[in-house]
Amino acid sequence: MVRQAVLQFRPEKARLKESLARLKAHLEALRPHAPEVVVLPEAALTGYFLQGGVRELALTRHELLELLVGVYEEVGWEGLLDVVVGFYERDGGAYYNSAAYLELPHRLVHVHRKVFLPTYGVFDEERYLARGRRVEAFNTRFGRAALLICEDFWHSITATLAALDGAEVIYVPAASPARGFRGEWPENVLRWRTLAQAVAAEHGLYVVVASLVGFEGGKGMSGGSLVVGPDGRLLAEAPLFEEAALLFHLDRERIPPVRYDSPLLSDLEAGLPLLLPDLERVLGRRDANP
Amino acid sequence: MRILEAPQAHEVLELNWPLVADFLTRFIREELSWRGYEKAIVAVSGGVDSATTLALAVRALGAEKVHALFLPHKDSSPTSREHAYLVAKTFGVALEEVDITPMVEGYAALTPDLTPHRKGNVMARARMIVLFDKSEAYKALPLGTGNKTERLFGYFTWHGDDSPPINPLGDLYKTQVWRLAEYLGVPEEVVEKPPTADLIPGQTDEADLGVRYLRADVILEHYLKGYSDQYILGLGFTEEELRRVKERVNRTHWKRALPTVALLSSTAIGEFYLRPLDYR
Repeated sequence: MVRQAVLQFRPEKARLKESLARLKAHLEALRPHAPEVVVLPEAALTGYFLQGGVRELALTRHELLELLVGVYEEVGWEGLLDVVVGFYERDGGAYYNSAAYLELPHRLVHVHRKVFLPTYGVFDEERYLARGRRVEAFNTRFGRAALLICEDFWHSITATLAALDGAEVIYVPAASPARGFRGEWPENVLRWRTLAQAVAAEHGLYVVVASLVGFEGGKGMSGGSLVVGPDGRLLAEAPLFEEAALLFHLDRERIPPVRYDSPLLSDLEAGLPLLLPDLERVLGRRDANP
Repeated sequence: MRILEAPQAHEVLELNWPLVADFLTRFIREELSWRGYEKAIVAVSGGVDSATTLALAVRALGAEKVHALFLPHKDSSPTSREHAYLVAKTFGVALEEVDITPMVEGYAALTPDLTPHRKGNVMARARMIVLFDKSEAYKALPLGTGNKTERLFGYFTWHGDDSPPINPLGDLYKTQVWRLAEYLGVPEEVVEKPPTADLIPGQTDEADLGVRYLRADVILEHYLKGYSDQYILGLGFTEEELRRVKERVNRTHWKRALPTVALLSSTAIGEFYLRPLDYR
């Protein structure tokens, strides 16, 4: 069992240094609880809505590692600490909405670049950012994981790819402006819960959603971060609108029995190749019935 | 076999008012905070929008950090004064009264052709001048009180009552403000009276607009969500109501925008040079 924490975080908007100081204070508060993995939201170090400010605040992977090692050392954390964090990434002349999995203080394990950039309504990502092109699982010291960012997760195919690639946990840094106030929870938060439970139960894996909080120009990031177990059960849920840390244990040993009782993933592995011609057909690449 | 038919789907304006109130109080606190303010100032008219805004501000900041202004003109209805004081008392805020009559009448005396409509706009802008000056004096951020219906209808004085930098009610229709007001404990007589801008004696919003808020808001919500005219008419609205609503929305888009700037460069502000307002 691995002790983990979702850190539902409110960045200091567009102020990297102040956000890092805030992160340091939160890690100090978490240290006595000894999590081995801390999961932060999308765009956690800058805030989400930056428009053209992405150009000024994006970091290279190396810069991100250096900054987080700095925080880790200032906190005086003992032993390794794995961190998942969403950040705006600069790579040459291209900018991405990315998430990194780091093993502090030593290395950056994996970076996922958001594939599905919401560009509708209140969202305008593709105007400022390039798309990622891959979804892949990767090995951590605690097993195999995958990263998806916000809208990536709203398309069931990304989680399917991650599961087929061996992910036992999908970490989802997110930034979701609260909207739809008719029910007990905002509609976007309910949608997240429904999706996370459906994906976890379909593939028999953990889903960990870390959701940003704080107002950005009237848009109130909702929070409501989630941890869902491989049987689709909600294990923990953070409050709305305010910073919080969700501590939980991720037990990889639960995955095999859950997948045995509900072998949907192995069914998918067997059945998906049968459907690939249709996938290609609907994508217009070739006729499925030549 | 039972045969069941789903009712026709329609949009619902009823919200979870405790959740909305919680969200809006956080909005006020956070939007003040990054701007460096601890206090808010609200121009209280005696109407339901400003009463609801005041109630939210008091919830967010505490009564001691909220200034309330009452800015009457000699032609303002006596009921407005009575209700403004009632609202301030209800929420435990002292009401500062500044009579705008000398400001408005000073200009009116120089402007013999001033129509009641233009004079109403002068009143709204005089109130804006006082509100912003008091904001500076008290280091308190002005809160806007405009609701979504009047914003969509352009039923406000440009750079007058729409000028405060933050507005908690701007995404709530008038009928939703009524319900939120009830939840927040705004006095019944303020919630239930016919809404009026009180710029011209005897004026009411619904007479000016030619459609009842209860009906306009449902039409607006469906129209904004892309329902067809036929669908909206099928909900029981008349062609005349639908026409009025659409016309008001579509001839006032300019009023919900900042002034139009001639674009000459590839660094034009807000066109090429794009930064969010809280970027700092």
